Amino acid sequence: MIKEYLAEQYDIAVIGGGHAGIEAALAPARLGLQTVMFTINLDWVGNMPCNPSIGGTAKGHLVRELDALGGEMGKAADATTLQSRMLNRGKGPAVYSLRAQIDRRAYCSYMKSCIERQENLDVKQAEIVHIEKREDGLWHCITRLGADYPCKCVILATGTFLGGRVYIGEVNYESGPDGNFPATELSNSLKKLNIPLRRFKTGTPARVDRASIDFSKLEVQDGDNETVPFSFSTTEKPQNKVVCHIGYTNDETKKVILENLHRSPLYAGDIEGVGPRYCPSIEDKIVRFADKQRHQMFVEPCGENTEEMYLQGMSSSLPEEVQLKFYRTIKGLENVKVMRTAYAIEYDCIDPLALYATLEIKEQPGLYGAGQFNGSSGYEEAAAQGFVAGVNAAHKILGREPLVLSRASSYIGTLIDDLVTKGCSDPYRMMTSRSEYRLLLRQDNADERLMPTGYSIGLVSDYEYNRFLQRKLQKEQEIERINNTFFAPSNELNDLLESRGTAPLNTGCRLADLIKRPQLDYKCLAPFDKERPSLPDDVCEKVEVEIKYEGYISRQQAQVDEMLRLENKLLPKDFDYTTIKGLRLEAAEKLNKIKPENIGQASRISGVSPADVSVLLIYLSK
Amino acid sequence: MSDRTIAAIATPLGEGGISVIRISGEDAITVAQKCFFAFSGEKLSDLKGYQAAYGKITDNLGNTLDDAVALVFRAPKSYTGENTVEISCHGGTVVARQILRRVLECGATLATGGEFTKRAFLNGKLDLTKAESVMGLISARSDAAAKISRGAREGRISRDTQDILNKLLETAASLAAFADYPDEDIPNLTQENFAELLNECTCKCEKLISTYDTGRIIREGINCAIVGKPNVGKSTLMNLLCGSDRSIVTDIAGTTRDIVETTINIGDVILNLADTAGIHETDDTVEKFGVTRAKEKIDNAELLLAVFDNSVPLDNDDKELIRSISNKKCIVILNKTDLSPAFDKEDLGDFDIIEISAKSGIGYKELTKAINHICKTDMLSPDDTVLINERQRDCVCRALGAVHAASEALLCGMTLDAVGVCVDDAIASLLELTGKRVTNEVCDEIFKRFCVGK
Repeated sequence: MIKEYLAEQYDIAVIGGGHAGIEAALAPARLGLQTVMFTINLDWVGNMPCNPSIGGTAKGHLVRELDALGGEMGKAADATTLQSRMLNRGKGPAVYSLRAQIDRRAYCSYMKSCIERQENLDVKQAEIVHIEKREDGLWHCITRLGADYPCKCVILATGTFLGGRVYIGEVNYESGPDGNFPATELSNSLKKLNIPLRRFKTGTPARVDRASIDFSKLEVQDGDNETVPFSFSTTEKPQNKVVCHIGYTNDETKKVILENLHRSPLYAGDIEGVGPRYCPSIEDKIVRFADKQRHQMFVEPCGENTEEMYLQGMSSSLPEEVQLKFYRTIKGLENVKVMRTAYAIEYDCIDPLALYATLEIKEQPGLYGAGQFNGSSGYEEAAAQGFVAGVNAAHKILGREPLVLSRASSYIGTLIDDLVTKGCSDPYRMMTSRSEYRLLLRQDNADERLMPTGYSIGLVSDYEYNRFLQRKLQKEQEIERINNTFFAPSNELNDLLESRGTAPLNTGCRLADLIKRPQLDYKCLAPFDKERPSLPDDVCEKVEVEIKYEGYISRQQAQVDEMLRLENKLLPKDFDYTTIKGLRLEAAEKLNKIKPENIGQASRISGVSPADVSVLLIYLSK
Repeated sequence: MSDRTIAAIATPLGEGGISVIRISGEDAITVAQKCFFAFSGEKLSDLKGYQAAYGKITDNLGNTLDDAVALVFRAPKSYTGENTVEISCHGGTVVARQILRRVLECGATLATGGEFTKRAFLNGKLDLTKAESVMGLISARSDAAAKISRGAREGRISRDTQDILNKLLETAASLAAFADYPDEDIPNLTQENFAELLNECTCKCEKLISTYDTGRIIREGINCAIVGKPNVGKSTLMNLLCGSDRSIVTDIAGTTRDIVETTINIGDVILNLADTAGIHETDDTVEKFGVTRAKEKIDNAELLLAVFDNSVPLDNDDKELIRSISNKKCIVILNKTDLSPAFDKEDLGDFDIIEISAKSGIGYKELTKAINHICKTDMLSPDDTVLINERQRDCVCRALGAVHAASEALLCGMTLDAVGVCVDDAIASLLELTGKRVTNEVCDEIFKRFCVGK
């Protein structure tokens, strides 16, 4: 037992310097609270131990939303983008998703500098080995070297460091990600607090040497010509500096993997942790989708100043020699040289049903969780939770209302509601299909949905907020104008209509009705629209979407209104549900455990059937 | 929930053999034994569940109000799941009301509409769709109506809807995968696939909606008018259908001047039947009123029985009638087949004709068949799903509307996210129908329509 000494006192301590930890530390510090962030390795704050990319379907939405609230991730990504693509163009604005390849080291440097310069925030390289609440009412964080940091709130953002163990074939050892030390002792003190911990696992593919790849055998994937930044505050369009490549597995790959499957720690039964269903290893994909001829692989550069290339879709925990063998079956990778071996990593995390929607742990006032610790997967999911936990810890200390975002407001709200209401049985990845309100929760309108909230919290500057109000006004005025603009039929206009495969005009037509036609868009009608003001691209995009999809948007809005009616039916606090006999026992027990705020949340708890919900409704109405 | 003990008359008000006063709640037995005294001297509190006692009900002065049987149910084995006493007394409004008043004096409070069933529901005795079908059973006026309510209770609607739901969910799942894995080479459903799936859903929804009308005819009856010129035998037909002399029948044309109405069962159909004045040109002021009302009936009735006289040739009044019924659901009846024919059937054009003699009853069976056929009740097999109320119909209609919108979006080339919004909407409506998605409205709707006492 080492001798403890009393170190500085803080309002908030954040344990972990990954994507969750950074936002969790920045938000309270910016709100004026004395904050400290502990990280095991100060060189690796904001590290991307997996994909060198940010965004993607639904994840891109999370970054935009976080940015609208006043988070840092979007700005950092814009500053370090290597290639930018808007995914799902052509599938509709509800599912447009921004994804960017990121220079990994540059991102770390940006974030390191950002947190180091942040007022009210101290950053310390230290491993927290113990936390407990003492008689002074404060949480005490004890470092491996015996420093005791008392603080009012603690945010656990431990990622894969907590109880981390790496698996590669028959080899396994205690380790954090990317060769970092793991946090081996903190779990014990969490268990003493009766926090329900479980084991999850995740994995990453190999990094290989650029020079060893034959790119002539791979397909090229270019960035978009017209790029869009993540952050509403970024005024310059990100530049495409690199290209990515696509390759495919083949029968030979499959054969090598299947022959060596028994050497996978997962199939040998060494790993107890549950892996992410939606991000499986290549051996998992080959077993689960046995009929599939081939699987895709994306070759992505890790940065501008490195030769390391990331093989997306090829994560594995097979032995090193087997990895090399199967990678080399892929066309273009015949002579590939592996620089870092693929591995699986297992770690401790909380059952998120033990959390409130504020991300505070139910039985532990002042203790919060964020990111992979809460059972999620992904940088963006982590950052979003880090922000919410950080704001809520700050608000608790400041005596302000907690920040709880509804499902109807955002993907962030959906993410947290899913975690704390439904729980998760594998690392939770955000997807557009998780939201029932996709057409309302678009990436283009994240500012309209959340910037007023960010502004009222105090994390969006006056300058940015006024820019937002200006954009909003421009949009509203332009929609108003379009609704009141009529086009007379003319030869030129009808030529355009016919060339686009849509009916020519015989009589005058509202401009809005023309824009509603799927074959037409806002831009192509510009030559006929004499009064059109010059507007920024993002405003034009919003105008077009809102006019074109008006009917569908209002249909979805009706669904939201319906849900809000149940959401507004509050349930009594500290109520024993077993006293309502009409509820099935399982439902009553779940309700007692999760303590939902309202009927809407109760209806989403697995194990609470519609019959149970109707019982609650009738019970409340008595 | 069991804080109050409630009571109400559970049988319909009015004359009847017996009336039942139901008392439910934790103190139901204590309340009942303050005013019920068994002739055997036993106390109600000593009785086991499902045991009955014969005795008297007394007022606060000890005067007997009535002899009665008290049946004790002990929680949770009762309709409501609470302690319950049902007092069966002699029928009639006055006695039952006196006893109820006495029970209220003894500590019960008057139940509000649907409260017994609400309690049954809250105590886990029945679920929402069952509660809904209880309502249907209570108000069933024919065997067929009871049958379809029982069908609903057995979950037939859920089974049929599930089929449509599965198709929609399949569509929604493909749409989700399509959006969530933009870079993966997963096979996407083609536009044709989607269109076909949506088309199947449209057909199935339409079929389900069409059952509602049949169901309504079985449950509530169909408004039916007997029409024709004077003295073709409308009132005789009315009396034949009723099986009694409901309308006055004479040889004098224009005997029926006002509308005579009654409700009868014909096979599986309930006919809300109206006998009308003969339609013809007349100067008689009173008869004119009758003719106007008869014409209104033609406009408002859902089914017409148009009667023509076999023994006289077609005249202008007949022609006028043929014109006015041409767009209506109608059965054409050629009456007086017992007399020598003077009427040319060709004059009636394309109508299917039922020939009868209302006086002798010949052709009655054929007419019954024709009525059931036109109401489609003859097509109804005992296993068929029938939507039993407006709420259910509304759910399917909304689903259909959303499926239409999805097809339209697909057809006109909107992006698939717009199609997805409509598909989600359709799914929500169908889940609401089967009770798998609960909304406030559903609960309110179901319980507000219960009569007091159930």
